[in-house]
Amino acid sequence: MGAQIRVYRQKIASTSSMKKIFKAMELIATSRVGKARSRAQAASPYAEAITRAVSAVASQDDVEHVLTEKANNPQRAAVLIMASDRGLAGAYSTNVLKRSESLLARLRQDDIEARPYLYGRKAQAFYDFRDREYDQVWTGQTDSPSVERAREIGKTLVDQFVEPVESGGVDEIYLVFTEFKSMVTQEPVVKRLLPLSVVESEETSGAGPMPLYDFEPSPEEVLDALLPRYIESRIFSAMLEASASELAARQKAMKSAADNADELIRKYTLLRNNARQAEITQELTELIAGADALASS
Amino acid sequence: MATLDVQVVAADHAVWSGEARSLTGRTVEGDIGILPGHSPFLALLAQGDLTIEPVEGPTVKAYVKGGFFSVDSDKITVVADEADVTD
Repeated sequence: MGAQIRVYRQKIASTSSMKKIFKAMELIATSRVGKARSRAQAASPYAEAITRAVSAVASQDDVEHVLTEKANNPQRAAVLIMASDRGLAGAYSTNVLKRSESLLARLRQDDIEARPYLYGRKAQAFYDFRDREYDQVWTGQTDSPSVERAREIGKTLVDQFVEPVESGGVDEIYLVFTEFKSMVTQEPVVKRLLPLSVVESEETSGAGPMPLYDFEPSPEEVLDALLPRYIESRIFSAMLEASASELAARQKAMKSAADNADELIRKYTLLRNNARQAEITQELTELIAGADALASS
Repeated sequence: MATLDVQVVAADHAVWSGEARSLTGRTVEGDIGILPGHSPFLALLAQGDLTIEPVEGPTVKAYVKGGFFSVDSDKITVVADEADVTD
């Protein structure tokens, strides 16, 4: 009987210590998610300004540029999949990987060869476990992305895009990441990064038709310099949004884990008290029975 | 008097914004000064100093590296890879 009480006591102790970890992780995620969101906000003026400028240049119809040209018959696409480095974030990585799987299936259907680029250790683990090939992987800072990393990724992808298809380049670039809608909703989305769809950026610029700009040195050279930056800024804002989503998902997951731990502790406490009471009752019964036996003999 | 609405942003943060009387910057083809009423203009920035004369307060100097700036109906946006106010 005493053994059972001991088992429950151990379970309560281990659940309480786990609960402490969950609680701590929840608090860390809560404090970081605010920081991640303000970083996303701080980067947004840059993203807006660059989008406005790109659509200004691209709307001059005499400008032709390799990055805005659309392949008639796309053969190969690069897919950048953004998952997290660490787990304990609920279904965050699973959801984004699931979304990427459906994009890959669609590309396969259209006879487009997909080349995955991975971001985050969880995505790498997913591919390694299934023995699948990927082109490149970046890991190590999914919860606080840096501009340098965004530049590196942007450069890699743009280089692939500029390369002709015959020698292994890609026609399209897709981004799969998790959009931060609110603290409770994060949604995995697919965005096509290249070729550019300028229509979309014209909408965001809002105010009226684009004025005729003077360019220095020339529209082509300005576009040459602008587009890689535009891609970088799109990737960087996706990274920031993904990091905010990751932290929000982790906070939510840790909150429910802590709640579940509470529930378990309550259940085990009840069982432990039951077992203790049962033991006392048993001992009393034995005592009384013994005393009765002695008295009657 | 017309003023310029200036915004200076770097890749991950806003650097400076406000009303200004004039702005001087260095493009890849040389220095350029912008006054209110300038025609729409988009140029690549070279590495160098950016000088802003605000409507109020002392001159603002910033060091910028790479990027571009656009002028559109007295609204100037300086988008730099790296930018810091050196004052």
